[in-house]
Amino acid sequence: MKFSWIIPVTAVFLAAILLTGCTGNQAEPGKTELTVFAAASLTGALTDMAEAYETSHPGVTIVTNFDGSQALRTQIEQGASADVFLSANTKQLYALRDQGLMENSSIGLFAKNKLAVITPASNPGNIMTLDDLARPGTRLVIGTKDVPVGDYARQILTKMGNDTAYGPSYNSSVRANVISEETTVTGVVAKVQLGEADAGIVYESDITPENRNKFTVIAIPDTFNVIAEYPAGVVAASQHKEEAAAFLAYLNGELGRATLAKYGFALP
Amino acid sequence: MMGRRYFKGRNNLLTIGAGVLITLLVIFIITPILGLFSRITFDQFIASLSDPVVWNALVLSLFTAGISTFVIILVGTPVAWINARHRYPGREIVDTLIDLPLVLPPTVAGLALLMAFGRMGLIGRFFYNFGISIAFTTLAVIIAQIFVSVPFYIRQARASFEQLDAMYENAAQSLGSPPVPTFFTVVLPLVKAGLIGGAIMSFARALGEFGATIMFAGNFQGRTQTMPLAIYTTMQGDLNASITLSVILIIISFLMIAVVKFKLRGYTPR
Repeated sequence: MKFSWIIPVTAVFLAAILLTGCTGNQAEPGKTELTVFAAASLTGALTDMAEAYETSHPGVTIVTNFDGSQALRTQIEQGASADVFLSANTKQLYALRDQGLMENSSIGLFAKNKLAVITPASNPGNIMTLDDLARPGTRLVIGTKDVPVGDYARQILTKMGNDTAYGPSYNSSVRANVISEETTVTGVVAKVQLGEADAGIVYESDITPENRNKFTVIAIPDTFNVIAEYPAGVVAASQHKEEAAAFLAYLNGELGRATLAKYGFALP
Repeated sequence: MMGRRYFKGRNNLLTIGAGVLITLLVIFIITPILGLFSRITFDQFIASLSDPVVWNALVLSLFTAGISTFVIILVGTPVAWINARHRYPGREIVDTLIDLPLVLPPTVAGLALLMAFGRMGLIGRFFYNFGISIAFTTLAVIIAQIFVSVPFYIRQARASFEQLDAMYENAAQSLGSPPVPTFFTVVLPLVKAGLIGGAIMSFARALGEFGATIMFAGNFQGRTQTMPLAIYTTMQGDLNASITLSVILIIISFLMIAVVKFKLRGYTPR
């Protein structure tokens, strides 16, 4: 019986798999695990906030999942166990609401954002103004049509194309310069930061004190800019609705708003 | 009598155990595939086929994986032959390096390729000075695919060459055939099945490449958005397109396995 160890070892492994499978969603005893699905543009602000919240609420552990809002929406539609959803546009969250997947009374706007063009500090594409984005050969990165930051970028370019100052060819020339469409705004920021793109269209809140020296920022005038509205809500299937509502109250309260402001968000 | 019955009972138990295990494994593999097929009707599938995002990805994937496999065969065959038949200093190092992409996570490969061929990269900066961009082009897709799938072909080709008794080529050469014609007329026909099997495995890996591609070549429809990237992107907006592409990839995968398993005699996957 050379292999007599196989059966006990297998039994232990199977038991371990079953145990982790059955208890994976439970936090430490007495602690509530609150799962927050948040738009990638909230990565900095929400990480900060979760840490502060856990300190002031010892009974709660916050688990965050950052991705493009459209990806988070798909995950919730497919039954991902989220308690709170923070979206970077109303489209994705309202789509869930219309399917009855959100607690309607909990939904509200908590932050606003604007968009800006960033270039690497070294500015390899020599982009000085918004006009330069239309120059052939410019390497531009934006979001896909479904991720909010890509949707907003398209709206801005359409507005500019409809304006006599830029002309109808502006929109198509700029769009022809897109070398990659990213599924999250953090993907756009990374490609510009690596210097592989000449420019990217991102949120103003993506330019933080930490990375400020890596980029040159070209502001988009208010006439063309769009105001990104961030709604939040409790997911209908949540098992922790009270705790989720308490977290939303914090987000909309003095401390939450201060953190959002620190990360460059405007407040509604 | 007693002993025999004991063993018979034991064997029955083993048979039942094996049967249960095999059934569980088959269910485990087939359920996700059925799940995919259950979410789309035939009409939706056909309708999605004409969606530009779907056929752009399909055409781009077949084109890039085809080119990748062609380059791999061209470069990999002589390398595999040399490594199978000749000793030279550093051969083991070369062999180990060729195997590296097999175990390297694709995201690492993607970042590494960007650091090498990106315009700020080790080599890419020289090309960029001449106005040539590699990253975020179709060429980058092909480079990423070659990088991750070349070991599949070379391993198989080398093993096929090693299994071939050297007496065939020795006999041909002793009859006056020079080395290169010997290789093409004597060696290649004998190892054909193994090489085709290796090429199919390389092609399959290239077709499925995701991580290195999205990082090094980016995600742009019709230019760098291969089927796996399109599946990931459309899953967030147009689920039918996503499922259609997945179904196509499953069908292609089945066909490739079928060819390798039933059509290529003398091919032993390794």
